[in-house]
Amino acid sequence: MLTAVLAIFATAFLAPTLTSRLKRSAGWVLALLPGGLTAWFLSHLATVDGGGALVQVLPWLPQLGVELAFRLDGLSLAFALMITGIGTAIVIYAGGYLHGDRQLPRFYLLLLAFMGAMLGVVLADDLVTLFVFWELTSFTSYFLIGYSHEAEESRDSALQAVMITGSGGLAMLAGFLILGHGAGTFRISELLADPAALQALPGFLPAMLLVILGALTKSAQFPFHVWLPNAMAAPTPVSAYLHSATMVKAGVYLLARTQPGFGEHPWFAPILISAGVATVLTAAALSLLQRDIKRLLAYSTLYALGILTLLIGVGTPLAAEAMVVYMLAHALYKAPLFMVAGSVDHEAGSRDVTVLRGLGRAMPVTWAVALAAGVSAAGLIPMLGFVGKELAYEALLSHPLPLAGLVAASAVMFALTVMVVLKPFVGRKTQAPKAPHEAPLSMWLGPAVLAVLGLTFGLLPDTLGQGLAVPAASTVFGAPLDFYLALWHGLTPALWLTLATVALGIGTSFAWRSLHQWLSEGTKEVRFGPAGAYAAWLTGIKGVAAWQTRILQSDDLRNHLLIILGFAVGISGFALLVTGGVPLAWTMERGQPHEVAFLVLVAVAALGVVRARSRLVAITSLGVVGFGIALIFISFSAPDLAITQFLVETLIVIIVALVLVRLPRSLLRDESGGRHRAMSAFVAVAAGLLITTLLWSVTSTPLDRTIPAFFEATSYPEAFGKNIVNVILVDFRALDTLGEIVVLAVAASGVYALLRHLRSNRQLEEDPDGPRGLAPEATDGSGS
Amino acid sequence: MNSLILRTATRLLLTVLLLFSVFLLLRGHDLPGGGFIGGLVGASALALYAIAFGPTAAGRLLPISSRTLMGAGLVAAVLAGLLAALAGRPFLTGLWWTFDLGDLNVKLSTVLLFDVGVYLVVVGTILTMLFALEEH
Repeated sequence: MLTAVLAIFATAFLAPTLTSRLKRSAGWVLALLPGGLTAWFLSHLATVDGGGALVQVLPWLPQLGVELAFRLDGLSLAFALMITGIGTAIVIYAGGYLHGDRQLPRFYLLLLAFMGAMLGVVLADDLVTLFVFWELTSFTSYFLIGYSHEAEESRDSALQAVMITGSGGLAMLAGFLILGHGAGTFRISELLADPAALQALPGFLPAMLLVILGALTKSAQFPFHVWLPNAMAAPTPVSAYLHSATMVKAGVYLLARTQPGFGEHPWFAPILISAGVATVLTAAALSLLQRDIKRLLAYSTLYALGILTLLIGVGTPLAAEAMVVYMLAHALYKAPLFMVAGSVDHEAGSRDVTVLRGLGRAMPVTWAVALAAGVSAAGLIPMLGFVGKELAYEALLSHPLPLAGLVAASAVMFALTVMVVLKPFVGRKTQAPKAPHEAPLSMWLGPAVLAVLGLTFGLLPDTLGQGLAVPAASTVFGAPLDFYLALWHGLTPALWLTLATVALGIGTSFAWRSLHQWLSEGTKEVRFGPAGAYAAWLTGIKGVAAWQTRILQSDDLRNHLLIILGFAVGISGFALLVTGGVPLAWTMERGQPHEVAFLVLVAVAALGVVRARSRLVAITSLGVVGFGIALIFISFSAPDLAITQFLVETLIVIIVALVLVRLPRSLLRDESGGRHRAMSAFVAVAAGLLITTLLWSVTSTPLDRTIPAFFEATSYPEAFGKNIVNVILVDFRALDTLGEIVVLAVAASGVYALLRHLRSNRQLEEDPDGPRGLAPEATDGSGS
Repeated sequence: MNSLILRTATRLLLTVLLLFSVFLLLRGHDLPGGGFIGGLVGASALALYAIAFGPTAAGRLLPISSRTLMGAGLVAAVLAGLLAALAGRPFLTGLWWTFDLGDLNVKLSTVLLFDVGVYLVVVGTILTMLFALEEH
């Protein structure tokens, strides 16, 4: 399974080259991989039959108990088949849809990477593995949604999607960590094996809520639904893929996956049922405002996601069955519907349902596919959608209120489907922006195959049932289920509800235009909703960021230092107060006369720093302070430390002096006011007191000899060096040193780049004074 | 700084200081010194030259730019670590080779290569900043 995921990523990175090489046939060739994987997953239908699973575990971070664990059971297989099967159709379709697009190579890279990430999510059996792939889907979908990056709308939509699903993902990670640490394992199958033990974990409720939050944002449940319709800014193949089989289904997957463990908890069902119903109703209401085929379809996706969440919340065996069948039916009709919408847009040049008309004659195959998928979407005989819808109604018979909401919303969706698959194709031809003609093979083959599958499984539902739906539903329910799927159930209450839906739906489609107008006008003045909340949230975040940057990282270096020192003193002082202080004992011997002399030197120089008004004098005095301290190091026989201190002090004085002479003359003297000086003095004295206290407490406690003893004992025999300081630097702690020299190099590069930038700006302004330096050029000097 | 005394003294001091810096680098494993201190001395020597004769002249003393020096140092340090990894030991483990050349007993090691890397990074870093400021 790891090989399958890695193969997709590898192909993704090869895709750009392949695409530019192969030109026209790129889509067909690249589709071989998802096609082959579909076949491979199909061959594992027997594995999951009867509750079996394929397991693969590789160590990843053994110290943290994190594994690359994969598990292919009924639910994973159902999702894997949707991801690779529909993915195959999408890859082929994109080759036709985006033919001639200069960015097609990049597109395939992102699409395949997204596919690999998605496959990783549904196969992962380790919470951390799942999270990593989950974030990868957010990340790649960001680029897919923002594919037309020249358009601002597209960039905003991509940002919105990644902000909402990304925040949810972080919440989910927190939940995962609570669960994983509590249980001592990150293996999903082990966690879910014992629901009672899982729910007894410390912090289970917050963890569950966080995980649900992550799933709800990903699946665009109310009130997080705003990003989904906006994600329509993506090219159609992406929308078709994200909506039918992937991205949004990841949230559904996580809920279905965790249902056996979470389902018993009293909060699980109410949250999911209310979120599901709210999403279904929101989708129905907002869909009436739309005219764009793709946006209409986006709201029908929301509706389907709402149903799935609702069914997972209900949690009965029948609901699990309905959820799996409805999900598969939805994938099989939503992908073709989106692709048809793309074809119409591509061939007729518009997606506005109020404009498009009479395309049926020019695009017969496309229309046939649209009709077949549409019948399934409307939940009519003989398609799989009918089976799914019937089961959903049946499963909800025990929940009358959600059922009523669902029937009403379904009626609107029926009308929506009519608008999408009938309206643009029938009637007299009107002026379309482009002369419509049939889409090429690559653009109708995939949707046609999927639509035919929807019909086949509608006529022979139990083929799908025994092979895939039973194992998948058993996984969702958490115990083996057995059921028989049939197209015709007789005159059940569900059938009456379907008939009622159809009747209401037909009525709604006739009233569509007036409803659309009435609602559009009624909501014109509405300013606040989830979309507004998102905008306010985004503005708020930016505001806070700007505010704290202004305060904490002001342009004034002195404020910078004041904040850093003040914070360090404050937090350490607080810790000292809270913990009751540190032991202080007078253990020092009387100093030698020369040591006292060094101390006096340091004190006098420090006074010089404070008193000096000229910055040059101040920095030189500071150098003297450093030299005095280096002398003290020598008298305590620490030559390495002393030499370093001498050299560093010298170089600092040189470098700061070089900077100072470049400042405007007015800045060479410190003219800051009394208030600033008082504040600085306060922080400086506090910092000094703190350091003194800390050093004093260090000398008051007996020195722990184990570390020095270790180095003394091992330095020469093991590292062949007698200078312990150096041996520590280059051998025992060489990794730290490596990190430090990297920091040095990065800092120098930063300084270089900044000064370079300043200089080129300066040259642009043609500074008449020219640069002032300490040294004149020794030779002819190119710099005047 | 246009000072004859400084220039004359610098000419004499430069060689001595640079030699001393290499001396510090090489003896560092057993006696006070090492790559960091050696690098600081080397950088100070060139800084002195830059003050006396200007950064362009100081830059001309180096066969490669100070930024390349910095990069070479990082490469040397990482290479020292990777050699151990290639030999199947943990990254940055010290490997030692002893050569007997008659009276002379030469000890070479990846640790020394690492210290040379530190030396080069320190010299390169300081000179890069210094030259950037001076040329500014």
